Amino acid sequence: MKYLSEYRDGRVARALVAEIKAAATRRWVLMEVCGGQTHTIVKQGLDEMLGDVIEMVHGPGCPVCVTPLEQIDKALALAARPDVIFTSFGDMLRVPGSDCDLQQIRARGGAVRIVYSPLDALELARKTPDKQVVFFAVGFETTAPANAMAVWRAKELGVDNFSVLVSHVTVPPAMTALLAAPDNRVQGFLAAGHVCTVMGWTEYEPIAAKYKVPIVVTGFEPLDILEGMLLAVRQLEEGRHEVENQYVRSVRRDGNQPAQDLVSRVFELVDRSWRGIGPIPRSGLGLREEFAAFDAEKRFDLAGIHTTEPAECRAGDVLRGVLKPFDCPAFGKACTPEHPLGAPMVSSEGACAAYYNYGRFRSAV
Amino acid sequence: MTTIACPIPAAATDRVQLGHGSGGKMSAALIRDRFLPHFANDVLSQLGDAAVVDIGGQCLAISTDTFVVQPLEFPGGNIGSLAVHGTVNDLAMMGARPQWLAAGFVLEEGLPFDVLDRIVAAMADAARAARVLLVAGDTKVVERGKADGVFINTTGVGLRTPDFGPAPARARPGDAVIVSGPLGCHGIAIMTAREGLAFEAEIVSDSAALTPLVERLRKRVGNAVHALRDPTRGGLASALNEIAAAARIGVVLDETALPIPGPVAAACEMLGFDPLYVANEGVLVAFVPEAQADAAVAALRSHALGRSAVRIGRAVAAHPGMVVMETAIGGTRVVDMLPGDQLPRIC
Amino acid sequence: MCLGIPGKIVAMHDTQGLPMGVVDFGGVRREVCLAYVADEVKLGDYAIVHVGFAISKVDEAEAQRTFAVLREMSQLDELEWMKELAP
Repeated sequence: MKYLSEYRDGRVARALVAEIKAAATRRWVLMEVCGGQTHTIVKQGLDEMLGDVIEMVHGPGCPVCVTPLEQIDKALALAARPDVIFTSFGDMLRVPGSDCDLQQIRARGGAVRIVYSPLDALELARKTPDKQVVFFAVGFETTAPANAMAVWRAKELGVDNFSVLVSHVTVPPAMTALLAAPDNRVQGFLAAGHVCTVMGWTEYEPIAAKYKVPIVVTGFEPLDILEGMLLAVRQLEEGRHEVENQYVRSVRRDGNQPAQDLVSRVFELVDRSWRGIGPIPRSGLGLREEFAAFDAEKRFDLAGIHTTEPAECRAGDVLRGVLKPFDCPAFGKACTPEHPLGAPMVSSEGACAAYYNYGRFRSAV
Repeated sequence: MTTIACPIPAAATDRVQLGHGSGGKMSAALIRDRFLPHFANDVLSQLGDAAVVDIGGQCLAISTDTFVVQPLEFPGGNIGSLAVHGTVNDLAMMGARPQWLAAGFVLEEGLPFDVLDRIVAAMADAARAARVLLVAGDTKVVERGKADGVFINTTGVGLRTPDFGPAPARARPGDAVIVSGPLGCHGIAIMTAREGLAFEAEIVSDSAALTPLVERLRKRVGNAVHALRDPTRGGLASALNEIAAAARIGVVLDETALPIPGPVAAACEMLGFDPLYVANEGVLVAFVPEAQADAAVAALRSHALGRSAVRIGRAVAAHPGMVVMETAIGGTRVVDMLPGDQLPRIC
Repeated sequence: MCLGIPGKIVAMHDTQGLPMGVVDFGGVRREVCLAYVADEVKLGDYAIVHVGFAISKVDEAEAQRTFAVLREMSQLDELEWMKELAP
C-alpha cells in the first residue's frame, strides 16, 4: 500500500536502530501517547530492540482505556432499551462496565451494531425512523471532526431519532497532568500523529517550553516511530526541548482548519474524568447548548447512573506510565484478555493487552 | 491526581455470546467446559478436524459442521457451496477420501425460493466437483426471525487407509510449515458483503474442496505429511496454535513469507484486522519434515488451487504450544489465539 | 488515535451538499467524506482517512524527501559494514 508499506522496510529500520544507538550516550525515558503507536512498538518489538538506550513508557493514548466507567454504564443502559439501536466503534464492545459489557447486552437481546463511521450511524437512523439510534461518540481530537459532522448533519437534515453519547477527551491537558505529577519520569514525548493532523502542534509548544521536554509529532508505522525516537533522542542529547514534526506527510503546524472550526461549533471544552487517572479540568469535549437536542444524556433519563470506580486494578499507574503491565500483580493471572480487570487489557491498543499478546514470549524466555 | 481507579471485573457470563462461535479461545472453552465433560470418549477427545473410527479393519472418518454465514451469498460462493467445502475439507485434513454427505436445512419462513435455488444449485455443483454424493437430507422450517435465512448442517463420511494419517499431534520440531495459497480472502469477502462496514474490494472467497491438493501431497510425500489443517474460523493463527498445543511444539513464522494479497492487506488495515486471524475456506496448512518440504511445495503447486503454495515457517522444540512470528523489521512477536472475534477498531 | 490510513481519491461528488468521494486503499474502496480537505484535494491525490473522513492530504513531496533521507541512511549503514570487512 502506497505511503504505508514503505514505512515498514526492514533495512531502513535496522539503520534507524543503529543511528539511535549511536546517538544515545545514556538511557532516556520516552512516552508515546497514542494507543496505535503502542501497538506498533510492542507488535514489532521496537522497545526490545532499543531497550538499552530507550525505555518506552506507554501513555493514556487509548480513548477506549480512558473512557470513564460512568460513561460505559450509560452506554449499557441505553443499549439495553428496546427502543434504541446502539451504535459504536468496534473497540468499545468488550470494555467492562460495572457489571457487564456491550457484547453481553447484545447477548441479552439489546440491539448493538458496530459501525465504521459516525455517518453510517446517521444513515442507519434515517433508514429506521421508528427506532432511536444512539452513537457512542468516543475518541480523541482525531475523531471529533467526524463526530461533529454527524451531529451537524443530523441537525441540518432534521434526523430527530439520532443522538450521541459523548465521551471525548483531548491530549494536551493529560500530558500536562502527567508532567506535573511528582513521580513523573518521562523525559520526551512522541505526540500522536493523527491528533496533530487535526489540531496542528501549536498547543504543544508551551508544554515543551514549560516542562523542558522534547515533543516529536510522530506517525504510526515502524519507520515513523523509529524516526520519531531518533529525533527525540537527538534533542535530549543536545539539550533541546522543542516541538518537532516527524510525520511531515500528514501534519502541518496549524493542522486542519475546517475540521477545527466545525469541532468548535458543535463541541465545547468541558471537564472530563479519565478512567484510571481521575478528573482533569477542561480535558474533554461536550455538545454545545445549540445541539443539546442530540445529546443522548439529555434525551434519555440517565440521571440515576453514578458510578464510583473502586480502587483495585493498577490501570491508573499503567496509563500514567509509572507501572509496566507485567509488574502489575494481576497481569496474566487475575487479569488477561479473556477476563480483563481494566480497560488497558481489553482494548487491543491497551498497554496491558499489547504486552500480553506480543510480549509474553519475552518474559517467558 | 486522584487515587488509582479500576472497574469491578466483568461478571462471569451466564450465557452464550457471539465470541463463543469465533473459533478462538472462547470457542475452545465452550467445548471443553460445556460439552466434553458429558461426551468424553477417546475418539472425541482428540478434537481433530474429523473423527476416525474403526469398523472391523476399515477406517471411517466422520465430520460435521454447521454453516450460519451472513450474508448467505457473497463474492465467490454462497452458504451452500461453503457447506459442502467445509465438511469435505475437514475429512480431507485427516487424510480421508470424502465420499458421502448428509445435509440438514433449517429454513426461515419467508426465504425467497430463488435464493434457496441458488444455494442448492451451488451445493450440487460443489458436491459433484468434490466427488461426494449427498445421500441423506432433512429440512425444517422455522418462523420468521428465527434463522437468518437458512442454516445448513452437513455431516460427511470418508474412508481412510492406514498408510496416510495426518493428525495435529503428529507435527514435529524440524517440520516445515507450508500454506497452499493466499490468506484472508474468505473472511474479507464476507466483510465486504456486510452492511455497516460498506466497502468494496475485488476480493473473492477462496471456498473450495481441498481434496485434490491432499491427493497430490499424498502421492508425492505419503505419510511424511505429519499434520494438515484448514485455517477457517480464527484464521491461520488459531489453526497453528491448535497444532502447536496438540503436538507440544513451538512454531516460528516468517512474516515476509506470508502470502497476503494486496487488497486483503488493505482491507485489514482499514478495519484494524490482523490477516492472521481472518478465515480461509480454500487453503490448507501442512507440517512436513524439512527433507520433504520442497517436494511438498512442488506437489501443491502442480495444482491450480495450490499454485501459490509457499513455506511460511518451521516447527521448533522451543516454547512448546506457542506460535511466534519474526517480523519484517527484525523483531519477534507472539501470535496467540484471540479470545473471541476480531472487532473493527478506530484506535 | 489512531487508525488513519492513506488512500487515493478516485471519485468526488456531492451528497446533499456534503463533499463526498470514493477512496481506493490498495484495492479496497470506500465512500469517504471529503468536507475537511475539499479545498486542497483533486482526483488522484492521496489522503489520510480516519473513520470514513479524510483528515489530511498526503504531502507527497515531503513524503518523497524524507523517504530519500531514510533510504540514504540505510545505504550509508551498509557502506560502513562493508568498510569493516575490507579495511
